[in-house]
Amino acid sequence: MHATEALEEAGRLMIVCNSCRYCEGLCAVFPAMEQRRFFNDGDLNYLANLCHSCGACFTDCQFAPPHEFAVNVPQALARTRAESYAAYAWPKFMAPVFHENGWAVAFAAVASVAGFIGLMGFSIAPRDIFATWTEPGAFYRIFPHAVLAGVFGLAFAYAIVALIMGARNFWRDIGEPMATLAQPVSIWQAMEDAAQLRYLDGGGDDCYTGRKTDRRRLFHHLTFYGFALCFAATCVATLYHYLLGREAPYPIYDLPVVLGALGGVGLTIGPVGLWFGRWKADPVLRDEKSSGMDRAFLAMLFLTGVSGLALLGLRGTPWMNLLLTIHLGLVFALFVTMPYGKMVHGLYRFLALVRYARESRELKVQE
Amino acid sequence: MANASKSYDVLALGGGNAALCAAISARLEGASVLILESAPEFWRGGNTRHTRNMRLAHDAATATLTGPYPEEEMWDDLLRVTGGQTDEPLARMMIRQSKDMLEWISAQGVRFQPALGGTLSLSRTNAFFLGGGKAMLNALYRRALRLGVEVRYESEVIGLDIDAGRFGSATFRSGAGTDVVNAKALVAAAGGFEGNFDWMAEYWGPAAHNFLCRGTKWNQGSMLKMLLGQGVQQTGDPTQMHAVAIDARAPKYDGGIITRLDCVVFGIVVNQNAQRFYDEGEDLWPKRYAIWGRLIAGEPGQIAYIIYDEKSANAFMPSLYPAITGNSIAELAQKLALDPAALTGTVDAFNAAVRPGTFDVAALDDCRTEGLSPPKSHWARRLDQPPYYAYPVRPGITFTYLGVRVDHDARMLMADGTPSANMFAAGEIMAGNVLGKGYTAGIGMTIGAVFGRIAGREAARHARD
Repeated sequence: MHATEALEEAGRLMIVCNSCRYCEGLCAVFPAMEQRRFFNDGDLNYLANLCHSCGACFTDCQFAPPHEFAVNVPQALARTRAESYAAYAWPKFMAPVFHENGWAVAFAAVASVAGFIGLMGFSIAPRDIFATWTEPGAFYRIFPHAVLAGVFGLAFAYAIVALIMGARNFWRDIGEPMATLAQPVSIWQAMEDAAQLRYLDGGGDDCYTGRKTDRRRLFHHLTFYGFALCFAATCVATLYHYLLGREAPYPIYDLPVVLGALGGVGLTIGPVGLWFGRWKADPVLRDEKSSGMDRAFLAMLFLTGVSGLALLGLRGTPWMNLLLTIHLGLVFALFVTMPYGKMVHGLYRFLALVRYARESRELKVQE
Repeated sequence: MANASKSYDVLALGGGNAALCAAISARLEGASVLILESAPEFWRGGNTRHTRNMRLAHDAATATLTGPYPEEEMWDDLLRVTGGQTDEPLARMMIRQSKDMLEWISAQGVRFQPALGGTLSLSRTNAFFLGGGKAMLNALYRRALRLGVEVRYESEVIGLDIDAGRFGSATFRSGAGTDVVNAKALVAAAGGFEGNFDWMAEYWGPAAHNFLCRGTKWNQGSMLKMLLGQGVQQTGDPTQMHAVAIDARAPKYDGGIITRLDCVVFGIVVNQNAQRFYDEGEDLWPKRYAIWGRLIAGEPGQIAYIIYDEKSANAFMPSLYPAITGNSIAELAQKLALDPAALTGTVDAFNAAVRPGTFDVAALDDCRTEGLSPPKSHWARRLDQPPYYAYPVRPGITFTYLGVRVDHDARMLMADGTPSANMFAAGEIMAGNVLGKGYTAGIGMTIGAVFGRIAGREAARHARD
């Protein structure tokens, strides 16, 4: 007996799949499944988070619906995965945020942007809203650096704590010993697998569609590395500020701007590609209930990227102050919703890959 | 979409590996090709959708095959499993041509993987389809459609116009009604009749209705029947079929691989009278795997029960349905609706006859019974550790041996031995030429692909000349 209907179905399917095993060459899920004979909820949550939702096992399955065995692993694992996000949420009372996640994230974004606009109203005179400021430190005429650093530092720290607590819940649920996290070889393998999205391709050059039209890997790379570059830009700028005493905005050729601009392009194009990729993918593979969460996350990333690029492009114009405010509001919302939205998929999938690296290495040693 | 009044160079009947290889091969020779598949799109592909690998001779290891597997060894394997019921020149030709097959079929988009857990014993001889047989089919259909082959699903051929060994046209029924299609050459690749229990009942009596079909219900054998009825020479024993023991709870059709049970060696097998009826420890896999379907077919009600105890609970590949359990043999018997006293008696008699030995499932070990009839010659251990487990099993039909006779060009031979002018066959419908009985893993796919490729090519050449 499993805790929820989604887990029940995932458990049923793993019994079916484990007696077939034709898909074992496609990804990590099936080899991980083969190491078990019985599946408790933790095992199923592990497998669900290991699944990259490429869909290859569905098209390859002779028992897919309309066959009476009705095997649809991508959908069953997507549902299980979505439920697991809520189950691992910290603090516990935040779990319901995952249920109407699209609305919750949208609300957070609007509230945050409104809040920053409100703050701007306090800090500068109404006539200065459309003033053109370009000198170093111009950003901090609107929001003092110490205030920004304090607010964002707190938000970021909170997000990190909440994510770590969620990760801890996941790790405990799947029953993996803490010692695995101290294995550099497992961590490194998982980083490699995650960095290339190794398991998004259904075991080869073709994915679910069977044609080379599935660009999810490309768009995910644009999104992920775009995000990483933007984060790097922020870190470099922080170092500039504290170590070199150089204040933003920086010249166009300077490292934080270059990193941020490149990252912003990725964050703009990537989510658009993933958004439209969703419509192309067969709905039979998806968990419809979590589409709000997926779209909210993509929208947040896209808006963050676009607003950042707009700020860069228009920073010498009267629009700068407003754009900066909006951008900061979006980034703040992105930070605080990180533990309560689709962002957690990266964390849990990475951890699942760490465990898989450990398991598959030990299996090889046995052989 | 195909135009029914249109004429094609090559008409391929069927939708599995053999039909697709024939269609692709014919198209690569420049022929226009129509495939008529009786199944709806999801169910397309006959038994190919349940397959996993293809047996291929090769002189050196490849990326996905450890090697070598010389022609001579593959021939020896075939000779052994068929007990000589094979057309040697034809079989040797097929084995020779299987050496190119990995390259050819990979070029059509089929992907392979190294053999993994549970099937390592086949990693030298058999190439495994990445994602299984349905993935392989998907690749072949993609390739065929991209090349311009036309495919019509849910199109069941109900008549073949054949005159003195020459095919003229086929009449088929589809959602749109009845249509006629003309073609210069025919490739029949429509499988056997394992989905047709009425036909099997002609040889097996009402018992046939207790059989299960592991594969597609679309293999009704209607093409086979039509061809044999119109003067094509027969090959293979019509009464024979490949049958293994599968879970009796499996669906009537399409249970595929996941309902198979290979735990006979771990316990005893009783019929519905709770009596043993055959040596469960006679031989190693795969030989024992292939005999139990036939054995159970001969028992009352065509049902049997594999009984084992806690010692063996995790000793074999998991299967779809859970074992039925009982804390005593009598309780287990009740759950199986067997006579508890009779089953207890059978188990007691078995336990009393077991001699001590060293259990080794990978070898013909020395664990055996003494003074018991039938004996258990190997792997005999007392059933004494509760809980006790049972699987009800029935014969699961994989394929049939009856087929049409063909020559080296996959061309059908007529009853008088003359070659047909323009009719070719590939796959299960002609497998009996090389596989008169028995089975060895992946050989059906070899037959389908090699003869399909030849049939398509020869059909296209005939159409061109």
